[in-house]
Amino acid sequence: MEPDQIAIAERVAEQHRHHKKALFFWVWGALLVMTAIEVYLTYQNMEPVKMLTILMGLSLIKAALIIGFFMHLKYEVSRMKWLTMCSVVACLILMTIFFFPDARRIIELGVK
Amino acid sequence: MADSALHDIPSVYEPSLFGTYSKKIGMWLFLLSDSLTFGALLYAYSYGRISTANWPTPFHSESIVNATIMTAFLLTSSLTMVLAVRASVDHNAKAQTLWLLATMACGAGFIILHGREWSNLIAEGLTLPMFPKVPGHEAASEFVNVSRTVPQFASTFFTLTGMHMLHVTLGVIYLGVVALRRKFIPILLVLWLVAWLATPAYSPFHYGAHVLLIAAIVCGIILWLKPKVYDSSDVEVAGLYWHFVDLVWMFIFPLVYLMSAKIL
Repeated sequence: MEPDQIAIAERVAEQHRHHKKALFFWVWGALLVMTAIEVYLTYQNMEPVKMLTILMGLSLIKAALIIGFFMHLKYEVSRMKWLTMCSVVACLILMTIFFFPDARRIIELGVK
Repeated sequence: MADSALHDIPSVYEPSLFGTYSKKIGMWLFLLSDSLTFGALLYAYSYGRISTANWPTPFHSESIVNATIMTAFLLTSSLTMVLAVRASVDHNAKAQTLWLLATMACGAGFIILHGREWSNLIAEGLTLPMFPKVPGHEAASEFVNVSRTVPQFASTFFTLTGMHMLHVTLGVIYLGVVALRRKFIPILLVLWLVAWLATPAYSPFHYGAHVLLIAAIVCGIILWLKPKVYDSSDVEVAGLYWHFVDLVWMFIFPLVYLMSAKIL
């Protein structure tokens, strides 16, 4: 690596050293608990749309925990956080714009 | 003349725009593009589900238990990966290797359970036209009708979960190279032989095992062209990939398995 890259890598490594290991165990525990809740909800005979909403909500929280703590994005500079998250969210919104009206049309027409 | 003048200038670098090193930014960019691949596949699955009448709910409680254990394996592997990164920044090479191997073991556990799940579904009749015919397939046939009447289910299910399984497999190989470097190549070749010879000819894994051979050749070339000791930045970048694979499963598990659970 170039000298500047080595210096940056060492600074990033120093950041990692400051995080307490216990934090990662808490995140892991929270992810396992949320998975258990998801499996429990599956067998509660809920209305599909309501269940889907809850499951996707929990999945988004799990994704945020993984990205923030395990992938370390919470500790990156704001420019990195905003660029990565805004770009991927914008692309997913574009996909939704193409997908959603047609899916909604199918729901309203009813599946025969 | 101009070149020599340039080389005489002492190195002055601009500060990193994103506050981190280039390898990590490169991996983030790759992961962003890969997230769109999985996003498209998840949207295709969801679209198929909404627009198709009689969408099957084939996952018995055994399948859900199996998928839950797979999820636990992946979540645990993310924890061990974080501990490997931590060991690498502490310059504890032994702990780093051990945590990386633990991560690989969890990943391998996930692949084996997922392979078992696929094999059970295929044996019950859920298949794709491209898969070889299973002997006694028609007799076993819980899902033969599903494959005929709702082919979207089998195609989206196998594409989405197969793509994810491929990512996990490549992730295990990536971690193996970072942890063991050249020593991992013969291990990979042995794994390829075992996977190839131990699976019956009608199993998709019989041919899928060749991914390991291709990976062994590619990794061999990379390690031969650029032999190096991987440092903490390499471990962190490998960790980013591994956590991403875990992240994607957090959406596949509820969307594909839990929303299609067979509730008696």
